[in-house]
Amino acid sequence: MCRLAAITSNEYFSPIENILALESMKEGHDGSGLGLTLKDLGSDFKELKGYPILSGICSKEGAKKLDYFMEKAGFKLIDVWAPKIKPVKGITPRDHYFARVYDYPSSYKHKPMAEKENLLMNVRLALRKLGEPDESIFAFSFYPDVLTLKEVGDPLHVADFFGLDRDNLKAKIIFAQGRQNTNYVIYLYACHPFFIQGYCSMTNGENTAFVPIREFLISRGFPGYIGYNSDSEVFTHILHYTLRQLGFPLTYYKDVITPLKDSEIENREGKEALRLIKQSLRPLCIDGPNVVIGFTPDGTCFMAHDSKKLRPGVVGGAKGKFALMSEECGLDSAIPERNKSEDIFPMKYDMVIVKPRAEGVKIWNQLQG
Amino acid sequence: MEPATRLDHNHKLSLREFPYIIRWRDDRCTRCGRCTAICPVKAIEPTVKVQRIVTSEGPVPTPMAVRKIIHVVEQMTDMERYCTGCGTCTLVCPNDAIEPEYNPQNKFLHFKNRGGEGYKRGGRRNDPAISTLDRLKFTRISMLTDPALDAGRHEFRVRTLLGRILPADELPLKRVNGKLAVDRESGKFIPPVREIFPIMIGSMSVGALSPPMWEGLAMGVAYLNEVEGLPVVMATGEGGVPPRLLKSKYLKYFIIQIASGYFGWDEIIHAIPHMVEDPAAIEIKYGQGAKPGDGGLLMAQKVLKLIASIRGVPQFVDLASPPTHQTKYSIEEAVAKMIQSMSMAWGFRVPVYPKISGTKTARAVLNNLARNPYASALSIDGEDGGTGAAYNVSIDKMGHPIASNIRECYMDLVKQGKQNELPLIAAGGIAKKGNLAANAAALIMLGASAVSVGKYMMQATANCFGDEYNRCNLCNTGKCPRGITTQDPKLYRRLDSDKVAERVVEVFKAANVELKKIFAPMGRSTELPIGMSDGLSIDDKAMADRLEISYAC
Repeated sequence: MCRLAAITSNEYFSPIENILALESMKEGHDGSGLGLTLKDLGSDFKELKGYPILSGICSKEGAKKLDYFMEKAGFKLIDVWAPKIKPVKGITPRDHYFARVYDYPSSYKHKPMAEKENLLMNVRLALRKLGEPDESIFAFSFYPDVLTLKEVGDPLHVADFFGLDRDNLKAKIIFAQGRQNTNYVIYLYACHPFFIQGYCSMTNGENTAFVPIREFLISRGFPGYIGYNSDSEVFTHILHYTLRQLGFPLTYYKDVITPLKDSEIENREGKEALRLIKQSLRPLCIDGPNVVIGFTPDGTCFMAHDSKKLRPGVVGGAKGKFALMSEECGLDSAIPERNKSEDIFPMKYDMVIVKPRAEGVKIWNQLQG
Repeated sequence: MEPATRLDHNHKLSLREFPYIIRWRDDRCTRCGRCTAICPVKAIEPTVKVQRIVTSEGPVPTPMAVRKIIHVVEQMTDMERYCTGCGTCTLVCPNDAIEPEYNPQNKFLHFKNRGGEGYKRGGRRNDPAISTLDRLKFTRISMLTDPALDAGRHEFRVRTLLGRILPADELPLKRVNGKLAVDRESGKFIPPVREIFPIMIGSMSVGALSPPMWEGLAMGVAYLNEVEGLPVVMATGEGGVPPRLLKSKYLKYFIIQIASGYFGWDEIIHAIPHMVEDPAAIEIKYGQGAKPGDGGLLMAQKVLKLIASIRGVPQFVDLASPPTHQTKYSIEEAVAKMIQSMSMAWGFRVPVYPKISGTKTARAVLNNLARNPYASALSIDGEDGGTGAAYNVSIDKMGHPIASNIRECYMDLVKQGKQNELPLIAAGGIAKKGNLAANAAALIMLGASAVSVGKYMMQATANCFGDEYNRCNLCNTGKCPRGITTQDPKLYRRLDSDKVAERVVEVFKAANVELKKIFAPMGRSTELPIGMSDGLSIDDKAMADRLEISYAC
C-alpha cells in the first residue's frame, strides 16, 4: 500500500518531517519512489512568490532543449534551485534535478491569472512532449510557489539523495507519497502527487474505474487531461474539473467521486442539483479502495475516501499545524505532541477539510451536506 | 416417355433431407396416440402397415410366414409437415417411445420454398456456434494487491440510467449559500431520466405473445419492482397495451413501443388523460436485429377479439407493419419530429428513444441522435435478436453482430465526449447460451448502458423449445406448442402465467447476483462499469483489436 504523508502548517517546515512520517509507516519492501510537492515555499523562494517555478528533471541534452524552448517561449530565468545530490546506493542519479524560477513573457505579465495558468500548463505539456520520447526532460509542475521533486527508490534514501536534511528547503504545505509499485513499471510520470493548475492530490489504492474516467476526462477537450501513467492521476484531474472547470465548491468533489444513493440524496439540501450532478458526472465515480489527500490553490487541504472506506486515513494536529496521513503512526511521527483524542478517522461519508494556513479543521459529512 | 415417378417414389423426399428424424420405438409404444394428436405440425401420423412375420413353433424348425396388419407412428416426408424437432411428442409420451433427433445432414433449406414462397419462421439466427459475447472473458481481477469486493457482503449499485443526460457544464445550477441548487429561472430543459436495472425485457407484443405469456412477464416485472426492489422495465412491443394496464400505477414499469404499423396507438393516446403514471419510456422501432429492413406481420388467425380491441383493428385480418415508417423521409427531420411528438404527448416527462437494427451505419444514426436534445437513448438490436415472424433469409443472413456495433458506437461517443449523454442499449443474442449476466456485463463493459433481452426470456421463463438448430421456431404460425406465441386458447391454456411470472422473478434475481459475482472480483460496486474495457479480454487477436480490448489466451 502506498504511504501518504501530508502536512499543512502556518509556519515553514522541512520536507524531512514528511519523509520521517513515511518511514514510520513503512512495512516490507517499498522502494518504488518518492514524490514531494511543496506549496507556499519558504527560504529563498519567499521573495519569488509571484513567479512560476518549473520543477523537473533533465539530461544534459534535455537542459539545452529546455533552455532553448523557454527562451523562445519568452520566459526569463530568474533563479535556479537544485538539490544537493549525495550519491546513494541503489539510486542512479540523473543529470539535473531542478526548480527554475521564471518571469512571465512580457505579453502575459498583466493578464488574468486564469490565462497565465493556461500558459504555464501548456508550456509544461510542451516540455513533457519534447522530452518524453528519450526521457531527456521530465516536467512535473510549472506554477507559482509550488515545487515538485520525484525519484525512484526508497523514500528515506531518496531524501538522503536529495540532501533534504541538509538543505534549507521549507514550505507551509508539503505532500509526500512513498510509492509501492505493484501494478506498473516504475516511471516518474506515474509518481504521486499529481499537480495541475494549483490543484494537487495523491492517493493510495487502486482505482478500478480508471479507464472510463480516463476516457471521460480526455474527451473533455482540456489539454491538461493527459498522461494517466497512474490510475490515480485521474483523482487530481477530477478535482480540477469539478472545482476549476465547473466552479463547484470543494465538498462537491466528494459528491462526484462517491455519489450518494438516490434515497440518501433525498435528505440533502439541493437534492435536485445533486441528482443532476450525479447523473451528469456518473463516469467520474471512482471505485475500488482509495484514500485521496489533496490541496486546492487557496491552500485548503482535504482527505476523502472511497465509498466503502476500504483504505485507512487519519487527520490530526491543532490550529497551526495539521497532518493528513494514510496511517496513524505517520501522524505520531509528524505531530507527536498533539491531543490524540481529537484525531479524526474519516468514515466513508466524511471529507476532512483543513483550512488554509492550518487555521482549523472540519469534518464535512456527505449525508448531511 | 412417361416418367416412372409413380412407380419408384422418385418424387418423394427421403427422411434424410429433413432436419429432425423421429426415433420411434415400436417395442415401447403403447399406441396411445398422444404424440400424433399433439404434434403441432402433424409431422407424425398413426398409420397401418402390413408386416410379414416368420414364425416357427414346433421342436423342428418349420418356418411359416404370416402377414399381419400393425399400427405404427410414421413421420411424414411432406415439406409442409416437416418435423420441427420441438419434442412435444416426447413430453406427452407416457413410455419414452418417441423422440426427434437432429439430422446435421439435412437439406431442409433446399426444399423449403414450395409454391415459390421463401421459408418463414420465428426464432433467431440458426447459428449454434459460440458467439463473440460468449468468448469475452473478464480478466482484470483485483487480488492481493488490492483486495476484491465481497459480492455477498458489500453494497453494490447495479443500476443504469435511461434518458438523455445533460453534460455537467450545461446543468442549470446556481450557488445558494455556498451550495448548488437548480436554477429554475434559466428555462433550461432538463430531460427525464429513469434509474433502472441494466437488463430489461425486450419488445414482444401483445399479439405476438399469448395472453398468459405477456401477462406472466408483466406480473413478474411488477413483482420485481414492487416487492424485490429491482427496477426492471419491460418493453411492450408494437401492438398496444392492455387497457387496464394503461390506467394502472404499474405503467411506469413499461416502455411502450411505437412501430410502423402504429397498432394500438389510438387507444394509448386516448388513454393518456386517464393515466395515473407515466410509462418508463417510449421506444420508436425503426428496425429489428432479426429482420433488418423488414416489417412485422401478425397473422389473421392470431387476431382474436382481445388482440383486435387492444390494437384497434377488426378481428381476423392480417396486421402488417410496413418495413419503414411511412412518415420517415429523413433522420434529420422525420425522426426528430417523431421523437419530439412522442415527448410532447407526455409533456416531455418521458424518455423517447429509437431502436434500430445492428448495422454498419449505426454510427450515422447515433451521431444524429447525439445532437438531438430530445433523443433519450439509442437501442441497437444485433443480428442474433429474435423475432416472431420473418423470412429465414432475413433472420439468418441480415444484420450486424452486436458486440462490435455497440463498441464502435460507444467509442464514437467517447471521441465526442458524449459517452454519458446518450445511453446505448444493446440487444440481440444476449444469453443465447444462457449466460445472461455474463453477456450483459460484457456488453456494458464494451459501452452499453443497458441490455435488452427477448428470446432468452421466452426460453428461460416459459420453456420455449426454440434453439439455433432451428428447433420448433413455429412462432409465426400461431401453433406454438408451449402456448407462448399463439392466440389459440387450446394452446395457450397450457401456459400458466403465474409460473411465467415466478420464473421472471427468479431469472432477474439470479442475474442480479451473478452481475455482482462478476463486478465484485473486478473491484466495481459503486457504479455500473460502463465502458470498463480494461476488464475484458478475448482469445482472438483480430477480435481484440476490433473491440479495442486486450487479447488473452
